Amino acid sequence: MSAVTSPARQASSGMSARTINRIVIYGLLALFAIFYLMPLFVMLVTSFKTMDEIQNGNMLALPQSPTIEPWFKAWGQTCVGLTCAGIKGYFWNSIKMVVPAVLISTLLGALNGYVLTKWRFRGHTLVFAMMLFACFIPFQSVLLPMATILGSIGRFGVTLQNATGFNFGLGNSTVNLVFVHVVYGLGFTTLFFRNYYEAFPTELIKAAQVDGASFFQIFRRIMLPNSMPIFVVTVIYQFTNIWNDFLFASAYAGTGDVMPMTVALNNVVNTSTGVVEYNVNMAAAMIAALPTLIVYVVAGRYFVRGLMAGAVKG
Amino acid sequence: MSTVAETQIKLTPEHDARPGASVRSRLQDLLPKIVLAPSFAATIVFVYGFILWTIYLSFTNSKTFPSYDITGARAYQRLWRWTFESDPPSSWYTSITNMGIFGFLYIGICLALGLFLAILLDQKIRGEGVLRPIYLYPMALSFIVTGVAWKWFLDPGLGLEQTLHQWGWTSFHFDWIKNKDFVIYTVVIAGVWQASGFIMAMFLAGLRGIDGEIMKAAQIDGATTFQLYRRIVIPLLRPVFLSAFIVLAHLAIKSYDLVVALTSGGPGGSAWLPSNFMYEFTFKRNEMAVGSASAVIMLMTLTAIIVPYLYSELREKPR
Repeated sequence: MSAVTSPARQASSGMSARTINRIVIYGLLALFAIFYLMPLFVMLVTSFKTMDEIQNGNMLALPQSPTIEPWFKAWGQTCVGLTCAGIKGYFWNSIKMVVPAVLISTLLGALNGYVLTKWRFRGHTLVFAMMLFACFIPFQSVLLPMATILGSIGRFGVTLQNATGFNFGLGNSTVNLVFVHVVYGLGFTTLFFRNYYEAFPTELIKAAQVDGASFFQIFRRIMLPNSMPIFVVTVIYQFTNIWNDFLFASAYAGTGDVMPMTVALNNVVNTSTGVVEYNVNMAAAMIAALPTLIVYVVAGRYFVRGLMAGAVKG
Repeated sequence: MSTVAETQIKLTPEHDARPGASVRSRLQDLLPKIVLAPSFAATIVFVYGFILWTIYLSFTNSKTFPSYDITGARAYQRLWRWTFESDPPSSWYTSITNMGIFGFLYIGICLALGLFLAILLDQKIRGEGVLRPIYLYPMALSFIVTGVAWKWFLDPGLGLEQTLHQWGWTSFHFDWIKNKDFVIYTVVIAGVWQASGFIMAMFLAGLRGIDGEIMKAAQIDGATTFQLYRRIVIPLLRPVFLSAFIVLAHLAIKSYDLVVALTSGGPGGSAWLPSNFMYEFTFKRNEMAVGSASAVIMLMTLTAIIVPYLYSELREKPR
């Protein structure tokens, strides 16, 4: 859309009105930029301050004697519940959960999208609609049955462990969370790929079929090489969502050293024993935020596109 | 924006009519369905099956552990009674009142602020490439991190109030985060901070999609900037309003983490939303049936919003 101030109006009201107009617009935009940056700025400077400086100084002041100590403490020493070994273990828990969950759900989404656009069958719209609706349910409505099922699987895992000496990952919190995130992430990944493949020329597939290419050959040789953008979008979207999840994490891995990062951070911050070390808390929060922030900085364009696609179903 | 639109070019696998049509080619025909089947089955069982299971539980008198004897709608009766128990407020009354306040303000402010910022950014701004990511980055943060950051910022002893005191405005008083009547508004502030940039991006994409010719024509007709936006641009953005509303309503009903991280539930549970109510009653207060009933109510609310929307989006569009 073009600029709104038309040349005709500029001429009649003179340059000064236009200048004032611009100043007001830039002023407002800058004010809002401050509003959005403030909490991050405060978190960041606080994480480099000493406790003394925090208690006696100004929240917005830059650190007088910057120290990286709180970051080390958050990473390796701070107390999460009763264990005081920092958040590093929980950080790795999240990594171990996120990587397989993202890969599996993305790959399944790609296959589903491929079938739902290029190998349509009667009722494909209904199947898609049912999977799509699943994206929007409040997860509270499946939380309890899933907890029950995961509990049974865990008990079965213990039985297996006793019988065979190996539990095959049954009852392992990370495995559980990967499973949960794959199941409830499928709707979105399928949506992304379906919408992307919708626009992919079907003639190409037909031609390949005539040449005798099979279902998987077409997928591997034709669809996959042309899916890079949507893979990036989906991986980023899933990564952000799963890394940031708190509800499933707290319900199925809410205690002990199996907690993912979000739950651990919440515990660090809400620990009420002893002196609250705000600088360490802020450093921990920054560490929890960094992976998604880095993804956003590196691939912001794809990040926004994913959000839009997830937001605008149609 | 609308990509669900159906391209009805159907690709039917060639059916081989020859007598030798082997098992292999039959399998090739079935393969797409076999590939889709696990995902679809998982959706049926873990989404729809589990929803039915939750509905079932809500009609039992499950406490700490699930019980499977149907005992009628007692959980719903209790929720119904609590709905009107305002003095002293029951947890459920607090939760749904908060949902109303939070939902209304969060959606309203995000829409207004998002549209406002998008219009400002659309005035050929130098440095748009810098500003846009600044407005949008909170969306990449988890609710937990957002909550932690704002908890600090709004804390009377450490944050904004303290800062302004040091700058000499000693009468400034801002303790909403510790005040049971106002704590829900701090959740609104943090929520708006997180989502409004994204809504801005949606509106900006919508604005950029408007045909420049229409704008020019209106300007030639002598429309003022204000008229231009009110009469022409904003009505053209209707689909974006709808999408943004759906996104926000969906986020609002699901909000759980933010309340936990920002307020730990607020003084005496005064910041609870229905999602917090569900979690607390199910896992902490050993009232599983009541928790399930509240989950069912949340689901029904969301369904009432989402299903008509999905239906209109997925419907075969006339072309």
